Amino acid sequence: MSIVDTAKQAAQGLMQGAMEKLVPLAPDSWIPGGVPDPLIARKHGLIGTPVSRLDGPLKVKGGARFAAEYRFDDMVYAALVYATIPRGRIVAIDQAAAEAATGVVLVMTHRNAPRMNTPAVFGSSPTAVGPADLPILQDDRIHWNGQPIACVLAETQEQADHAASLIAVTYDEEPSTTSLAGAKANGMEQGLFMGQPLLNEIGDAEAALASAPHRIDHVYRTPRHNHNPIEPHAATLAWVDGGLVIHDASQMVTQQAQTIGEVFDLTPDQVRLTSPYVGGGFGSKGLWDHQVIGAAAAQLAGRPVRITLSREGVYRVVGGRTLTEQRVGIGATADGRFQALIHSGLSVMTPHNSMPEPFILGTRAAYAAPNIALKVEIARMNMLANTFMRAPGEAVGTFALECAVDELAVQIGIDPVDLRILNEPDKDPTSGLPFSSRHIVEAWRRGAERFGWSDRPATPASRRDGEWLVGMGCATGTYPYYRMPGAEARITLTRDGDAVRATVEVAAAEMGMGTSTTTAIVAAERLGLPLDRVEVAYGDSAIPGAIMAGGSQQTAAIGAAVIAAHNALVAELLKLAGNDSGLAGLSPDDVGSVDGGLSKRDDPVRRESYASILSRARRDSVTVTAAGSPPLELMHWSMHSHSALFCEVRVNAVTGETRVTRMLGSFDCGRILNPRTATSQFRGGIIMGLGMALMEETQFDERSGRIMNPSLAEYHLPVHMDVPEIDVIWTDIADPHTPMGAHGIGEIGITGVAAAVANAIYNATGKRVRNLPITLDRLL
Amino acid sequence: MSLIINGIAVPAPVDPRVSLLDHLRETLHLTGTKKGCNQGACGACTVLADGERILSCLALAVQYDGRSITTIEGLAQDDALHPLQAAFIEHDGFQCGYCTPGQICSAIGMAAEARRGVPSHVTTDLTADVTLSRAEVQERMSGNLCRCGAYNGIVEAIRSTVAAEVAA
Repeated sequence: MSIVDTAKQAAQGLMQGAMEKLVPLAPDSWIPGGVPDPLIARKHGLIGTPVSRLDGPLKVKGGARFAAEYRFDDMVYAALVYATIPRGRIVAIDQAAAEAATGVVLVMTHRNAPRMNTPAVFGSSPTAVGPADLPILQDDRIHWNGQPIACVLAETQEQADHAASLIAVTYDEEPSTTSLAGAKANGMEQGLFMGQPLLNEIGDAEAALASAPHRIDHVYRTPRHNHNPIEPHAATLAWVDGGLVIHDASQMVTQQAQTIGEVFDLTPDQVRLTSPYVGGGFGSKGLWDHQVIGAAAAQLAGRPVRITLSREGVYRVVGGRTLTEQRVGIGATADGRFQALIHSGLSVMTPHNSMPEPFILGTRAAYAAPNIALKVEIARMNMLANTFMRAPGEAVGTFALECAVDELAVQIGIDPVDLRILNEPDKDPTSGLPFSSRHIVEAWRRGAERFGWSDRPATPASRRDGEWLVGMGCATGTYPYYRMPGAEARITLTRDGDAVRATVEVAAAEMGMGTSTTTAIVAAERLGLPLDRVEVAYGDSAIPGAIMAGGSQQTAAIGAAVIAAHNALVAELLKLAGNDSGLAGLSPDDVGSVDGGLSKRDDPVRRESYASILSRARRDSVTVTAAGSPPLELMHWSMHSHSALFCEVRVNAVTGETRVTRMLGSFDCGRILNPRTATSQFRGGIIMGLGMALMEETQFDERSGRIMNPSLAEYHLPVHMDVPEIDVIWTDIADPHTPMGAHGIGEIGITGVAAAVANAIYNATGKRVRNLPITLDRLL
Repeated sequence: MSLIINGIAVPAPVDPRVSLLDHLRETLHLTGTKKGCNQGACGACTVLADGERILSCLALAVQYDGRSITTIEGLAQDDALHPLQAAFIEHDGFQCGYCTPGQICSAIGMAAEARRGVPSHVTTDLTADVTLSRAEVQERMSGNLCRCGAYNGIVEAIRSTVAAEVAA
């Protein structure tokens, strides 16, 4: 790092530190969200009514085009060869047979690949999304078992796959660390998340735990997981006039285009990345080696390339969630009030990436306790770089925390719902900030009533139905409200006879969350137009701004950008309206968008339609672009979503098989924008949580560092038969400090689910399983 | 040699290694049929061969000489969606939409199996006509994975259309 970089970082640190001290003290009205979004008060519009996906007809007809379904003339197909050792050097590559095979156009290895810059690793700059701080096909070094080391291009996929199988590689293997024990023995480091240490210490938690009348202190373990979207990662790409056109599957469109551009020394406008449909992502649809290799091979061969990872290839190239070992210690008074809360432990990453599984994040704001100690340490292993997977941190952190709370409830002899409500904090226990919106107690009470929680067997292993032991469990889920900077929105109003059409463009991604539909709903309400007059464009790096479908923040980021663009549009329209309009003399703050035009807020008779304003100004259209406000609200309030989860299981006393028979999620996530798609998001998260609880594990061979179950046959995920009807309810209480009063809901669903299942299994069987997944053998 | 795809005769591939799935997607540009695992584990590539559901990734195209293949593109009549396609939208039986064509083709094939009286693992009376209860639909559709977790909506869509016709 240069002196300039160091100085820059120090200055940024000072700035950040000053902001963190000042922003909490600022008056609410200075902060984004300090004045509630006017849409929160609108009760009779589209927001909150169920709307079917606008891209539904296309998707059910098979007409939505995914990344591997674009074509270029003269396109060739790629196949990859993967290293079979965890660490070392390539000594020799025998590629003669591959080069001689029918249809082969190119065999590319580190020896003939073009010189490329190392992709900037995620977190090293606001737009950097590289998977690891490693060059791609630039030298003979092997860093993980499964690393791509050669790429074959051929006229057909079959020819490429066959030729790749003919390549023989000789290695010089070097010592590696592929076992957890070995990684621990090499030493541990403090984990950092977004540059901040994953560390909180308030009071003396160890002493308070030791002296508490009730004590729980256990270690919980969660294994590696893979996202497993059904669409394998793929890109169809071509070099056109010195620039790169990529049809990709991406949940970070602009950032990915920029990072790839830097790899090839291209300017931002020389990379065009589109990704209109993404076949599931869950954190995985980002930049990995294959897009860079595909682009390099296309450059070398002078032909467009389709590179589709095989399912095994996805496991070799695309990282998943890493493993954790978590200690949770809770000390409580005789009546159950927490005196000490300890949540600490380790997660594993590689020497070349920076994504610890931040499992304490949810604990920071979960419960009131005078003594708190939270810490994540890191051990490093030679493996594929791990990454974020749905609710990184919270998904596995809530398993440990919420099982421990259940264990404490059993010890004290108190209902676990009552124990949670008893320890509800009145402000953020670690930051001290006020909550922006927290109605978790209401979620608990409504959920318990609807689920029939009072019917829970009070004594574990006391209810039996033939071979089946029946039990109920509950847990809290939690996920923060985020809004990342960088989002922009471009609104174009176009005259269409006596009316107008609006196009809203955002550089966002749609992986099935319903973003394109929800964005249209919100934009229609904000512009005062019918839904069928609003078109949303997204998934294209040519659109201004950068928005990530991650951190459950996309809806908030889009919402704030559209607010800013709408303000700019109103100002522009007032200018165009001029002095002959009924709106003459009004400022943008005086008017709102209603019924296809602008009206004075307190005197709606003073209005003019958009079409009339454009027509008098002799304009066919007007376009504005604006960026969302900086997300200072995140430093001013403690902002979180919550859920109360209830689960009923039946465990077979003979086989140990667990069946989830009932599940209810009671959510407190601000105002729900589209109940139809929101229900699906909640259910989808819960189902991934059921998989995590009962079956999902990426099996890692600690001898060779190789993933042993790289297929959907051997990595078990929930199928139709595993999933009961999942009941979902929500408080629908708007957060006054967010756009539309909404919270993101993509990740909250998975959190807490594994604990609810584990707690139900304990209630059914009297067996406490602290290691996931809870497979049959662990219950026999 | 030729295959009949959605009623139209098309040549079989020259390379005998080409799967029916790759033939559909890469040669015929019928990309509605999806590739999820290419090894018969996910069901995304399900199509109908003479009305029976098959995994097109495990089928070599040349094996289907003279057979009639229906893909997702062949279900809608003119502009009208197949009732099951419409029900998938109504019940939100998908999120990303990638497994959807396979789920829809599989459900149509599944209903035909039930009409023929084919039992499943959860069928209790092997001699009676099959009724597609919720459990029957779940069991018979378990070869079609949906990672977004739209299972509840998928089952509702199936039970409100093709499964209801079996019971009638």
